Amino acid sequence: MEHSKCSLEMLQELGLKSVDELFADIPKSVRSGGLRLPEGMSEIDLKRSLETMLSSNRHAESMLNFLGAGIYHHYIPSAVKMITGRSEFITSYTPYQPEISQGMLQALFEYQSYIAELTGMDVVNSSMYDASTALGEAVLMSTRISGGDTFLLSRAISPERRRVAELYAKGADIRLVDVDFDRASGSVDLNDLTSKLKDGVSGFYFETPNFFGVIESQAREIRGLLDKRTMVVGVNPMSLAILRPPGDLGADIVIGDAQVFGAPMSFGGPTIGLFGCRPEHVRKMPGRIIGMTTDIEGRAAYCMTLQTREQHIRRSKATSNICTNEALLAVAAAAYLSVVGRTGLREIAATNVRNMQSLSSRIDSISGFGAPLFKGAHFNEFIVRSDRDPFQIHKTLLTQGIHGGLVLANMFPELGNSTLYATTEMHTKEDHDRLLGALEGIR
Amino acid sequence: MRYHQADYDVPLLFEACDEQKIDDRFDPTIGGAIPKGLLRSDLNIPDLPERDVVKHFINLSQMNFGVDNGLYPLGSCTMKYNPKICDEVVSWPSVASIHPHQDPSTVQGALRLMHELEGMLCEIGGVDAVTLQPAAGAQGEYTGIHIVRAYHEARGEKRNEVILPDTAHGTNPASAAMVGYDVLEIPSKNGCVDIEALKASISSDTAAFMLTNPNTLGIFEKDVKEIAGTLHDAGALLYYDGANLNAIMGKTSPGHMNFDIVHFNLHKTFATPHGGGGPGAGPVGVKRYLEEFLPVPRIIEKDGKYHLDYDQPKSIGKVKAYFGNFGVLVRAYAYMMMQGGPGLEAASENAVLNSNYLKDKLKDDFELPYGGLRKHEFVLSGKPLKSKGVRTLDFAKRLLDYGFHAPTIYFPIIVDEAIMIEPTETESKETLDRFVDVCKQILKEDPEILKTAPHNTSRRRMDEAKAARDMIFSWRGYKKKTENAK
Ligand SMILES: Cc1ncc(COP(=O)(O)O)c(C=O)c1O
Repeated sequence: MEHSKCSLEMLQELGLKSVDELFADIPKSVRSGGLRLPEGMSEIDLKRSLETMLSSNRHAESMLNFLGAGIYHHYIPSAVKMITGRSEFITSYTPYQPEISQGMLQALFEYQSYIAELTGMDVVNSSMYDASTALGEAVLMSTRISGGDTFLLSRAISPERRRVAELYAKGADIRLVDVDFDRASGSVDLNDLTSKLKDGVSGFYFETPNFFGVIESQAREIRGLLDKRTMVVGVNPMSLAILRPPGDLGADIVIGDAQVFGAPMSFGGPTIGLFGCRPEHVRKMPGRIIGMTTDIEGRAAYCMTLQTREQHIRRSKATSNICTNEALLAVAAAAYLSVVGRTGLREIAATNVRNMQSLSSRIDSISGFGAPLFKGAHFNEFIVRSDRDPFQIHKTLLTQGIHGGLVLANMFPELGNSTLYATTEMHTKEDHDRLLGALEGIR
Repeated sequence: MRYHQADYDVPLLFEACDEQKIDDRFDPTIGGAIPKGLLRSDLNIPDLPERDVVKHFINLSQMNFGVDNGLYPLGSCTMKYNPKICDEVVSWPSVASIHPHQDPSTVQGALRLMHELEGMLCEIGGVDAVTLQPAAGAQGEYTGIHIVRAYHEARGEKRNEVILPDTAHGTNPASAAMVGYDVLEIPSKNGCVDIEALKASISSDTAAFMLTNPNTLGIFEKDVKEIAGTLHDAGALLYYDGANLNAIMGKTSPGHMNFDIVHFNLHKTFATPHGGGGPGAGPVGVKRYLEEFLPVPRIIEKDGKYHLDYDQPKSIGKVKAYFGNFGVLVRAYAYMMMQGGPGLEAASENAVLNSNYLKDKLKDDFELPYGGLRKHEFVLSGKPLKSKGVRTLDFAKRLLDYGFHAPTIYFPIIVDEAIMIEPTETESKETLDRFVDVCKQILKEDPEILKTAPHNTSRRRMDEAKAARDMIFSWRGYKKKTENAK
């Protein structure tokens, strides 16, 4: 290995002859003798080679796409990209030294403030990895709040989230039990919920809008049935621009994914797990929390607080192992929400609902298709039922440069030929026309 | 050289909110699509001109210190410089605008990149198979310990305990506990694992031992093979916390040290920026006999085509939705391709050189517990500061005044008044020399200056007790508190 003049000087000052001597403490018996990896490449070569490799990806700008199911394609204003591109934010770490990190700390406090307002929860942490791990942590926190060894999950949730929750539950020896959905409305089957509320059940998780796009209309009844047990509600925070916040409906914990606020889809990661709770539960909460305070001069300031819940202090007794989280995406969310503002956010949410309404009724009018499958109110996705095999339809659409919705046949066999379609403000009328034209051709 | 951070009073965005009225021309029912009972009556978030929002966040960014601002020698965190091209490629639509549920035939480039990244990590880690799914180091540990549990359960064994040294990072015990294990911390001896204490604590109940090597003090655990042998003889597994991989690339690997499971912190060793505390990525590598337990899906290559394989009956399942923090994976891949094998080895060499250089220059001004070489980081004791009537905390705060981020302090716990310094390979000799000069100068300063430091940052020392007492975590919470007080 070649070394610069400075390195040689430094070695000399250390009284060493070679770099090898710096590694003299690594025994021969564990030496690997170098890396069998290619030589490095220049920036321009790297760019060319990545361009070639990634050019086979068909992205939302080159292929019309109707996927949702937890990750959504929304517009990201340029100002948001510029703000999250600031290298003072990108290249900093967890604000362990608050005096020199006020920018990140205040931005995170503003993120918490926005999410608190949207969800109606007074306490919001500064992020979890994503919605799936937020759910896993909520299952554990529910047990800390209410005791018990069983947790109920609505069946109308994302199978991805469900699988992650299974792992978190297994680690804590918690049993997960499914609660069915009503076959007509798509919302929680209250009879099934009632029958499963046995001793030892710590809480219940349902989503609104749920995996089928249906807005849950019985939150109050659910709250009543749960009594003292923990009510955990999963949200698409974009929908909260217009929908009643779960805090008003009696939620103890609210989770979701704030990817919809200013983060690209990025093949599903990084996204940002949103996590809020009632104030009385804050000491049982996982994750970093930013609090408002003052410095010794009495000036407004922000710092990490209630750290005695966390792994670096409480070690094996911590509320969670989380350390690195998704701070930069929290900044993105705060930037997004402040750029679009109240008026913009409500307009975007309304556009999503309108697009969903229009697309679903237009699909419904094609013979051989029915939409939406469920009668409840929807936000921006819905299930399309088809006479023909949905996998075949998917393949045909692909040949026409259209990625249809997510085929549910394997995940929810009881729903038959079902496909989950999402549409957002990114779709124009012409986009819908193209999809409809293609579906009509299939009929 | 002088330093002063930008210093503004930046009101919260929400302070502009109160005077604003909700727009009553807006029809939230969207023409009756949503029943009124499901709608909210108000939404108390501010409407602001873009101009004001940009000013707000730019001012905030100026009150934040990152690696691009200067030396960030935060021990254990590997705050190295991140090449900008890696950020740029992540914004390409072929990275940013692909959806995780897309048909695999439409994301072949992404799958290939991940598959190749797994291969490179196998080589660096000395392991046979890698999952990219975990979102961060701690989640890598969590994944790894679930694999430990699955492995023992598959052999029909119930083992209840995970052992780790008292120098272990807090995430290690927390992760083990979340998988359902009792955690046993053993005291260190001369800064390393006390092999006798370890042997005495191993039993048929031991599921795994977690270790990082070089350890938290930056010392290479020479007896690592003996440690591994002892554990394997007892039927237990050895877990490698990859946070300290930056010291050893090309020299040794967790696999060569006989570890069974390792996580990699891509946001440390592989130059993906930390983002103010994330996103990161914590891929996990295992030896062949543990591969069947890795999370699903696995990425399989067959005849030049990439597939997602969910058919893994012994898999632990999923630790995170989808495939991992793809945006972070792409950055790490780009970095590794630019460095190449020789570049990564050189990175480790220079990281270790920088660390030993600084250690030698500073050890006489502080105390260096346990002599000898260090790897990528070293831990000083700030005990000598006590004779000045100040503490490590004061010294750390004073460093901020000179435009240096503070080292990690008070970790590991076994060193009194610990100061943990990790310069990384990307800092020049000039920067290190200036850091040394500043450290020496601070030691000569009036103790009052240290105790009241920092002076040149956007805020002075925090009233952290007030934050914990007031418990104000949002504007909403603030409003409620102030209204209650009236
Ligand atoms: C030694 C060590 N182990 C584990 C971790 C946890 O990694 P992460 O923050 O990515 O979860 C860290 C990082 O802070 C660390 O320094």
